[in-house]
Amino acid sequence: MFSLLRTIWLVLKHTFAKRETVLYPEEKAYAPPRARARIILTRDPDGEERCVACNLCAAACPVDCISLQATEDEHGRRYPEFFRINFSRCIACGLCEEACPTYAIQLTPDFEFAERKRRDLVYEKEDLLISGPGKYHDYSFYRQAGLAIGGKGKGEGDQDRPPVDIRPLFDARE
Amino acid sequence: MQLWVLVVILVAVLSIAAGTIILERRLLALWQDRYGPNRAGPFGVLQIVADMVKIFFKENWIPPFADKVAFVIAPAIIVTTILLSFAVVPFSPLFVVSRLNVGLLFFLGMTSLGVYSIILGGWSANSKYALLGSIRSIVQMLSYEVFMGLSVVGVVMLAGSFNVTDIVNAQRKIWFVIPQIIGFVTFFIGGLAVTHRIPFDLPEAENELVAGYHTEYSGLSFGMFYVGEYLGVFLISSMTVTLFFGGWLGPVLPPLLWFLIKTFVFVCFFILIRGSLGRPRYDQLLAFGWKLVLPLSLANIVVTAFVYMAVKG
Repeated sequence: MFSLLRTIWLVLKHTFAKRETVLYPEEKAYAPPRARARIILTRDPDGEERCVACNLCAAACPVDCISLQATEDEHGRRYPEFFRINFSRCIACGLCEEACPTYAIQLTPDFEFAERKRRDLVYEKEDLLISGPGKYHDYSFYRQAGLAIGGKGKGEGDQDRPPVDIRPLFDARE
Repeated sequence: MQLWVLVVILVAVLSIAAGTIILERRLLALWQDRYGPNRAGPFGVLQIVADMVKIFFKENWIPPFADKVAFVIAPAIIVTTILLSFAVVPFSPLFVVSRLNVGLLFFLGMTSLGVYSIILGGWSANSKYALLGSIRSIVQMLSYEVFMGLSVVGVVMLAGSFNVTDIVNAQRKIWFVIPQIIGFVTFFIGGLAVTHRIPFDLPEAENELVAGYHTEYSGLSFGMFYVGEYLGVFLISSMTVTLFFGGWLGPVLPPLLWFLIKTFVFVCFFILIRGSLGRPRYDQLLAFGWKLVLPLSLANIVVTAFVYMAVKG
């Protein structure tokens, strides 16, 4: 019986307690920089698209909301002809970001992009591409990769050594 | 009695019942460190208007397996009986519908008639959850009616009248809550049970019986049960104030305001209890009623009678 009265008293004391609710549109909860929400496509430090249209993000996506078509430019550099994310299906899991070998696809903390129509949530490449490099300022896939590409020969990458001519290594007496 | 008093009381009581709904949601939120509905209108008071509009547009579905006449009549009974009970509640010396000389008995009778609403509602729905809920409710209400009636006997003895206005006037020297503290406690517990508010809401027990006796109700008929519950809260609060806390009596402020202030405190107390207590088991509920509260109220009558005779005679 006493515990009932004590319960009532304890609840009454909550009259003066601070409320936990965050009144959303007026005050906003802090979203950490790594919070996962709207997806962007980033560019490398030279201002080129990072995406090489490898389709790994589309394969990793559990809700199949990413679709893209690969193509090549005159230097043999791959890029997506179109890149489409249906945000009405996206669950912001971040698996595409993990799958991406070039840091092209990244998730941002911006979650406030509600629309009245579902089709307005289908973002095309021009909606997704941003002008900067996103979270990784200095990374440029084609400068790291050993691949020869227009303007960069084999062995001219950041961590590459010049190609080794293996012929002299063979035994000449053969 | 003028007709306008009747109309004013009817409208006021119904609006207060509606206001109690929003008050309850805001207060529960306050005690649970939330905000509750605070967007529609000032302090969210228009939320109740929005809910009302919504419920008006909902389909009032009558299950094909239900007994139609009883099913439709049941929600009307509870609202009617509670509104009729308000006829004897003196809001102020002048602001009362009927100065019935058996007003208190009329009040007890009307709250007992409310059981019919729940019997008919639960039985006519022809569904097991509704029936189980209404069986529980009947047993609970009948057993708690008993000592709710007994607990006011002490008040009647002290006031020497069943007329509610006379009972208030008899409290000019001292509020009956002081000599009748046990009567007050038992009456309030009985009131909680009769309105099936949370510690005694076994008839509705959401987690075991869906929604109890109004499981099959929808639309406006459900709204009637809902409003009936809050009318009940207001009725029990105002009767507690009238019988034990001096009704409209009080210094400086006008009588009607005193009555409303005191009733407001009790409505808040109802909500506080809902916010803090859990629901006992069914057998615990009945044991509590019959083995503890009933003997207590009987002892209260006996002691009151002896003391009264000793002082008077």
